[in-house]
Parts: sequence; structure tokens; C-alpha cells
Amino acid sequence: MAMTDNQKTFAHDDDSVVVVIGSGAGGGTLANELAQQGINVVVLEAGALHTTADFLADEWASFAQLAWLDTRTTSGSWRLAKDFPNLPAWIVKAVGGTTVHWAGASLRFQPHEFAALSTYGDVAGANLLDWPLTYDDLAPYYDRAEQRMGVTRTNDNKGLPGNNNFKVMYNGAKNLGYSCNTGHMAINSAPRDGRAACQQRGFCFQGCKTGAKWSTLYTELPEGIATGHLELRPESHVARIEHDDSGKVTAVVYFDADGNEQRQKARLVAVAGNSIETPRLLLNSASTMFPEGLANGSGQVGRNYMRHMTGSVYATFDEPVHMYRGTTMAGIIADESRHDPERGFVGGYEMETLSLGLPFMAAFLDPGAWGPRFTGALDQYENMAGMWLVGEDLPQESNRVTLNSDVTDRYGLPVANVHYDDHPNDIAMREHGYRQGAELYRSVGARDIYEVPPYPSTHNLGTCRMSERPEDGVCNGFGQAHEIPNLFISDGSQFTTSAAENPTLTIVSLAIRQAEYIGELMQRGAV
Amino acid sequence: MSSPTLSRRVFLKGSGGVLAGTLAFAAGPISLLAPSRSWAMPLDTLSTRQGEVLLGVAKQMFPHPGLEDAVYAHVVKSLDRKSADGLMLGILHDGIVELDRSAGGDWLALNDAARLEHLAPLAGTPFFETIRGDAVVSLYDNPLAFAHFGYQGAEGDGGYLTKGFNDLTWLPDPPQPQGGYLPFEEPTA
Repeated sequence: MAMTDNQKTFAHDDDSVVVVIGSGAGGGTLANELAQQGINVVVLEAGALHTTADFLADEWASFAQLAWLDTRTTSGSWRLAKDFPNLPAWIVKAVGGTTVHWAGASLRFQPHEFAALSTYGDVAGANLLDWPLTYDDLAPYYDRAEQRMGVTRTNDNKGLPGNNNFKVMYNGAKNLGYSCNTGHMAINSAPRDGRAACQQRGFCFQGCKTGAKWSTLYTELPEGIATGHLELRPESHVARIEHDDSGKVTAVVYFDADGNEQRQKARLVAVAGNSIETPRLLLNSASTMFPEGLANGSGQVGRNYMRHMTGSVYATFDEPVHMYRGTTMAGIIADESRHDPERGFVGGYEMETLSLGLPFMAAFLDPGAWGPRFTGALDQYENMAGMWLVGEDLPQESNRVTLNSDVTDRYGLPVANVHYDDHPNDIAMREHGYRQGAELYRSVGARDIYEVPPYPSTHNLGTCRMSERPEDGVCNGFGQAHEIPNLFISDGSQFTTSAAENPTLTIVSLAIRQAEYIGELMQRGAV
Repeated sequence: MSSPTLSRRVFLKGSGGVLAGTLAFAAGPISLLAPSRSWAMPLDTLSTRQGEVLLGVAKQMFPHPGLEDAVYAHVVKSLDRKSADGLMLGILHDGIVELDRSAGGDWLALNDAARLEHLAPLAGTPFFETIRGDAVVSLYDNPLAFAHFGYQGAEGDGGYLTKGFNDLTWLPDPPQPQGGYLPFEEPTA
């Protein structure tokens, strides 16, 4: 039985409901939090409903099942525009959104990362800004998110057992004087919350078949539905948001599974379509009153697109590693995540184990490559260990999501173009990370080192950023649009800066805080 | 592969060829998966010779010492499937003609080094990129390749918790709590 079978349903002309667009970390969490307060919510999810039993232990087949493959275009000097011109992001189109695919790393941002401009100072070419909230504002919500998600090494949840890839990282880290452990992961290290303990399948990116990894698919969404206040509508692709003469949003127009246009009235709308679709939707909702798109008086909608500084280091050894066995992100080193301009860049980065199966290793090791250097790496696949570098990239006004009117989707809507140029700071940080990663592996006997370029972006951030002043951004510290009081941004698009850490825990924490705020506003009749 | 129905279908279709070979390594991991040492792969659209040239091209692009032709044949099979589309068939046909012309008539008659010498200048052409883009997926996304390169694929579906996820012994085991705990192991500290 599907979780939607006996759910409460709401009429399309019921204008008392909150409409949440997207069911991932932001949307799924927000929807459940609202439903728990007794607020009626309709969740519109573009993707289909898959259960854990549907997940495939096959990288390409799973990619076809889960990935967001609707056309997008790219421009800019980033290498992805050449390697994967129509796949700037590797995110999910399914109920649960990218929480189906994520690796589970749940790290809090550091206090100084909420004050990037004050801490780093002006950086040429960057559009830095402090968040309109501090670490202390968010700390209680981090507590709640960690509790809810069952993050290891918090709330007496023991650390996950380290796999072979972790063992290599740990020993190298020790040699370099780094500290390293199996991380803060939203993956059950023991049975918890009605979900199993991790069985070390190694298919975190393909959907967790045992449900050990937190995903809104089998936590927040069914919990919300159980309250009788949440209706989930999968395969509902939102086209635009409508507003009335006073400038308040009133309805959401979407295409259902059969391609029929539907209109759901709403008291309040929260957009959580990930940082490419969210601005695309606001831009595609342009009207006479809002000719540049909804909530875009500042001109910042779509701008400051961030995707984290990333890169990978893979190393081969004389002896087998079998890195693909067990959790994909099995170990984390945070020593380089500090802000220390002595290294030649502002901000910092995390080092996290990563593994790819043979098919994806071939696809991502060096896109476009052929010949003996490439095949020599794959010949040593069994003896390979790997890590991902993930660090703060700087917001730039010209890195942006725009509408590409030359290319339309199946509904005739302009697709998103994603433009990105690496900032010199991003490049300096990546070079530093490559060096440190290589040194780490060399210290434990690496034979060959492979510096692997960024994969299609999994962390998409910043395109509707929070700001204290309306002219600097799209929404306030609660994700409420500066211009439209009943329109909220509820995903990573809100991020003012990217910080070094994986974004999901912060997205969930912000969603819990936002739900509380929306509840108060509604109670007061302010929206 | 050698079932009577398949052979008859290939025969009747006429236009498609057959790619065939014998496993080179009787004791390799692939021989354990193969029902017999000789293999044959029917082609729907490509001719036998076209199949042989494309197999040779894939081997030049992605040279792996000791990797059986039976694995490279997956690339040919994939290109053959895509050749049902006339545009694709045209790109492959023209490229093969060009390779042969450059080789003075028969690219397959050349030795390895000479084959590469005539193939490498085509890098960046639709012919080359079509084959490369297909091969980088089809060559490495099949059970024979998994066996050869040491990837366990869907074997992992049940989890490696009791099947070697932490069986590496050539480095010291990390201590606890850093190294974490098994699901039913109680933290002592």
C-alpha cells in the first residue's frame, strides 16, 4: 500500500491550505512540522513515489530511476559546462527529493560561517554577506534536527563502524596530524525510530533500501500524512505561482501526472524545489505586477548560485581496499574547515571519504578521457581509496540561474540555464585540498594519485538568499520573501553563503525554525 | 548466445553480422561466469566486419591488459543497438571508411601501434566521440567487467556488514570511538 492511499485530501479551491513545493529536506520537513501543528498542507512533488523496495543496486539504472533529468543548460568557465552540459546538478526527482540520494553527512555550520562578510572581509569579485541569523539563533534547531534525524555522535547515537575506505583515510589522517572519525551521519548505527541499522550496502546514492539513512520519504512525509493534515501529490510539476492585486500569492498552477493543468489555491506557499528549480519557478511566475519574477525586486533571484568547492582525490595501493563496500561517506576530517587565510584562501573545506562503483568511476574519473592513464586507474579499481573535498565557494552575482527561452520543457516552459565561473578563491582552495588529499594517501603508501574534477553538483545553494536588507537578497532570516509576506523559500536557495559543510542538516534546521515562525504568523492572522 | 532461435533470427535478418571469439584466459574471473570458452554475439544492424573494427577501436581507446574481447563486445552490442537509428549508423559507417582509407585499405590488418596511430587523429570527431561516450559506459557497466575489475555490483544489495566491509588488514585498525561500533556493539567509553 502506498503511503498516499488513505491520506487526507484537500479540494483544489481550498484556499486555507499551505502549499509546499518539493518534498526533500526542506519541503518534506517543513510540511511535516506544519502538519504536526494541525496546519493543513498540500505537498506538490514533481517526481514519482518510489518505495525503498524499488531502489536498485545498479548505478546507471538507479540514476535513470531517480535523477532529475529534465533538460537544463549551462554556461560559464566551470568544467561541468563542458563535461556534462545538460546535467549541471545531480539531484533527485522523486518523492523525498535529494534526501533519497544524499550520503547522510550532517555537520553543523561553524559560528563564523554565518558571518562570512564580517569574518573574511570584502573579497574582490565575491558578493559576500552575513546571514541575517547567527549560529546561536539556529543552535536549538540544530539540536532538534539532529534528534529527529538520528545523527551519529549526537544524542547518544554511537558512531557508525568504519569501512575499508575509512581505514585508509584514518591512517593517513593520523600521519598528517588530522583528527578523523566516522562522522556525524544521519544513518542509524543501531536500530532506531522504527528503522534498521545500516547494513553497509554501499548504495547510499541509489536510495537506502533498509531505511537506515534518514530521508523524508519514509520519515517526515508518512509522519505528516498520519496527522491527517498533509496531502502528498507526487508527479505534480509546478509551473507558476499566482498572486492577487495586493501582491499576495493565492494559488499554485501545476501539471499533474497526466499532463493536465491544475490549480491549487493557497493561503501560503513555500518553495523548496532545490536551488535551480526554485528560482526558475519564481522567474517563470513573472506578472504585470512582478515583471522580473516573484520576490525579485532586488534582482537577486537566481543570483549568487553556489555549488560548493568540490573535487575528489582517489589513490591506489599495493593491496586491496574495496572502497565501495559500506557507507559511501564513511569518514570525515574537519581540520581544514577552519578559516585560515594563511593557506591562501578564505573559508575552509571538509575531507570526506567517497566511493563510486565501477560504472560511475569510469564516468566521473576524468570525463572525456581515454587511453592508458585513464584505463590504468580502472585497472587498480579494487585497490583504490577515495575522498571528496567539499568547501565553501563564494557567492558571485554573475553565477546565476536564468531562464533559457530558447529551450523549453515538455510543458513549454523555459528551462533553467546555470552559469558558473570558479572564483580564484575556489580554485586556490581546490588546489590546497588536492595537495592535502594526495599527501594523506601518499603517507600510507599510495601508488598513483588521481585528482578528479567536480561531479555534477549535489549541493546547489544560494539562488534566493536570505538578507537583512531587502535590496541584498530575496528573503529574510525566516525564509519569508521580502516582498511577499505569504511566500517562503524553504530549501538551500535561502543560504546567504555556502559554508564548508554539507547543507542538509542546516536545511532541515531552517525548515523546523521556519515552520514554527509560520505557525505563529498564521495564529496571529498575519498571513 | 548460440541458441537455434537466435541464430535463425540473425540469419533471416540478413543485414546484421555476428561477433565471435574465444576467451583468452581459461582461468580468469570471467571464465567462471562464461558457460563456454567460445562466445558469439549476434548483431542486428552492423556487419561482422564493422563489429570487428569497432571492437578494435574500443580496445585502442580503453586498453586493459588481459581484458577479454568478450567484454569489449558489450561496446559493439551497445553501438549496434543504437545503430537502429540511421544517423548513428551513418556516423559509424563513415568513420570506419575513413579509418580504412587512412590505413591504406584495411585498418584491421595493422598492428596495435599502427592502429592507434591512425585512430588518435580522429579524437574529437563525431565518430570517435560517439564510440568513446558509449564505451565509457557500456564497457564498465556489465557483470563481466565487474568480475574483471573487482567490483561486486549488486552483490552488495544485501549489505557487506558481515561480508568484508572492514576486512582490510594491511593498515592498523582505527581505535574506538573514532572507528565507530558495529550495530550490536556497546560503546564502552
